[in-house]
Amino acid sequence: MASYTLQINGKSLTADVDADTPLLWVLRDHLGLVGTKYGCGIAQCGACTVHLNGNAIRSCSVPVSAIGVGKVTTIEGLSEKGDHPVQQAWSEVDVPQCGYCQAGQIMSAAALLAKNPKPTKDQIDTAMNGNICRCGTYHRIHEAITLASSKH
Amino acid sequence: MGFHWSNAEASSMKVLKTASLPVDDANFNSYLSISSDNIITIFSPNPELGQNIKTSFPMIVAEELEADWKNVKVIQAALDTKKFERQLTGGSGAIPHSWERLRKAGATAKQMLVEAAAKRWNVSAASLKAENSFVIDVASGKKLTYGELATEASSIAVPADVKLKDKKDFKLIGTAVHNVDNLEMITGKPLYGLDFYREGMLFAMIQRPPAFGTKIKSVDSTAAKAMSGVVDVVTFKNNVAIVGKSTWQINKARKVLKVEYEKEGNIESTSDHDQIFKELLNSNEATVRRKDGDVDAAFKSAAKVISREYQCPFLSHSPMEPMNFFAHVREDGVELVGPCQLPDISRNETAKLLGIAPEKITLELTRLGGGFGRRLKSDYVLEAAELSSLIKAPVKVIWTREDDMTGGSYRPAVRYRFEAALDAGGNMIGYKLRGVGMNAGNPTREDNFPSGAVDNLLIDSIEHKSPITTGAWRAPITNFLAYAEQAFLDEVAVEAKQDPIQFRLNLLERAKKNPVGAIKYDIDRMKSVIELAKEKSNWGKNKKVHQGFSVYFSHRSYVAQVAEVAMKNGKPMIQKIYAAADCGIVINLSGAYQQVKGGIVDGMGHALFGNLTFKDGAVEQKNYNNYRLIRFKEVPEVEVHFVNNGIDPTGLGEPALPPTGGAIANAIFKATGKRLYNQPFNKQEEMQGVNLGEKL
Repeated sequence: MASYTLQINGKSLTADVDADTPLLWVLRDHLGLVGTKYGCGIAQCGACTVHLNGNAIRSCSVPVSAIGVGKVTTIEGLSEKGDHPVQQAWSEVDVPQCGYCQAGQIMSAAALLAKNPKPTKDQIDTAMNGNICRCGTYHRIHEAITLASSKH
Repeated sequence: MGFHWSNAEASSMKVLKTASLPVDDANFNSYLSISSDNIITIFSPNPELGQNIKTSFPMIVAEELEADWKNVKVIQAALDTKKFERQLTGGSGAIPHSWERLRKAGATAKQMLVEAAAKRWNVSAASLKAENSFVIDVASGKKLTYGELATEASSIAVPADVKLKDKKDFKLIGTAVHNVDNLEMITGKPLYGLDFYREGMLFAMIQRPPAFGTKIKSVDSTAAKAMSGVVDVVTFKNNVAIVGKSTWQINKARKVLKVEYEKEGNIESTSDHDQIFKELLNSNEATVRRKDGDVDAAFKSAAKVISREYQCPFLSHSPMEPMNFFAHVREDGVELVGPCQLPDISRNETAKLLGIAPEKITLELTRLGGGFGRRLKSDYVLEAAELSSLIKAPVKVIWTREDDMTGGSYRPAVRYRFEAALDAGGNMIGYKLRGVGMNAGNPTREDNFPSGAVDNLLIDSIEHKSPITTGAWRAPITNFLAYAEQAFLDEVAVEAKQDPIQFRLNLLERAKKNPVGAIKYDIDRMKSVIELAKEKSNWGKNKKVHQGFSVYFSHRSYVAQVAEVAMKNGKPMIQKIYAAADCGIVINLSGAYQQVKGGIVDGMGHALFGNLTFKDGAVEQKNYNNYRLIRFKEVPEVEVHFVNNGIDPTGLGEPALPPTGGAIANAIFKATGKRLYNQPFNKQEEMQGVNLGEKL
């Protein structure tokens, strides 16, 4: 066990965990940030997507020891009031069904739009292909990203 | 109730009990209460797993109550068999079952509020109207909010009979209302079972037998027990539970756990199933499900006989939130918290297991991160309860994705043989269906179409008892039966030299004029979705695409679909799917559109890719790296239309899924001349070199 101080959502948060503990479980079990979801544990479903220095990463497959001073943003820190343009679009389009994968979907979409505010259809397809939605809300996810992009 | 882990920023898990309502709320009935500041709280009793019940249920109550939806708060009710009936999610049945009950709940409260106002103003109730959470005196225009009237109204005698609204006056029902949990979901608030944490709670993972038909021979937990964070290793039944202080620590300890297994029953592989299916299809021991006329004579006299077989593999339900449950077994009672589809049954089974009365158990429902039928089973609830009783501590049992995929309860593999006898005029004079399945019970729907439309018909089935655990998977049986039947009828239509849609309409016409035996489907409703799909898809008019048709009745509702396939470099690409659905009155247009689209995506994904295979009793696909689910890029355009007929709602959670595979396969045939008999399509020889997930 070792003490790790991480920069998460603009705050310094400390957890005493094993060095190989994935960021996902540090967030969920130790820091009470449960918006980031466990889906597969092998970076195949995208439910655990967070931002590390603005890049979308799969937190289930990144050990806490690799984070260092990197800035982590989780769904809880994407905006203060849930009004990030991507979150607003998600609400406006009424995207979620069961909703379990949606935090990961939103984080992937937000990272895409931060880098590429006007993505083409193909670019959206490619950026979102790593996030599985078992309910099949893909059409609405696409619509919401297009809507958020149009407001950029 | 709340939870605060070590960090002050920690979120709290809100699984609200009715007891947590503000004390000044006036309760009207099991479904609603109104606070003095005019907030209306509506309870949603049924488990929410993405079917949108938590939004559509309260909409029905609010409609009759004439409530201002903006001031409605929705709360997931805990299990309460005294207050609620059929508090479960399954069979697309919640809305059809509760429709009238919910309307009455709203209408009753409205009438009590109106009577309270009449009393206060000393006027006749008939001179008042209710609107937007106000009771209004029509003549004078003076009004009071529901909140202002709530206390008085709740003490008025509950009317024995109430008048329900005329359907044409619905204001909320039929509109697009956003999911009541949207804000919580898009900001990552704790909602799901896996998000439930409580101080002092332990975490557990369970090592289950790696192959069906095996049991524990020996357990060596020395190394696992020595791992950091591990509190205990407990063996019960065929389970070895690692109990510890965090998810990752128990996950690591599990890797050094040594368990040996030995054979206990049949050990089956997918290749064995293929062999078993062949034998059963030719067995003389089938259970007859339906018999009309003289099938043997019809087939003997036929000008043409068509016989085809269709097979599907096992599937994992694979909800995105893996199985989990919290249990705290104490001396004085048991607390259960988590995601399940049949809370009442889960509680009763837990009571039986622990040898206590069900009343000693509380069960609070979290939101479910998907279900698809997997959470109809209580196995993971019982494990948590048994473990908690053994370790005498609160514990949350967590399944990894690998546990979920290998630990059982699957859509069983099924094989069908369809046979049709045509006379010289292309009329279907005989029809046979035999279904054989793994623990599938009766894998036919003997009173569905085309029964009633064929003079001579025989439907029978045979079941193989497999040690592999199986269960209902979204649209049980029909999720594959619909495909096989609709692909077969398409082929028969071609042999009969008829347009596939006209062929079905002719059969329906026959069933209407001169039905053979009893049928379970409504001929006119089926015709109406066929005609709507035909119209919206411009059936047969666009020569640039190849269209395939399918229609199916399941769970009380009707859905017809047309799939469009285009050819690119000699390969078929699925471009678009049109759907026409009749589920009676649509409650929430937004939820309903997505329910149909999602059902189609689900049906398409599993028809194209879904494939769970067994080798020596063990599942070969353990996670999403080799168990393929449909992804973002692979989804075609989907256009949805509803038949607007004013019939009381008949359910929509499942009916859009069954027709999809057939529409796609029939379109692929039009495009390539190749028939697909087995799923998943992408693995079939006919589709070699083709990725059906690709788009133009």
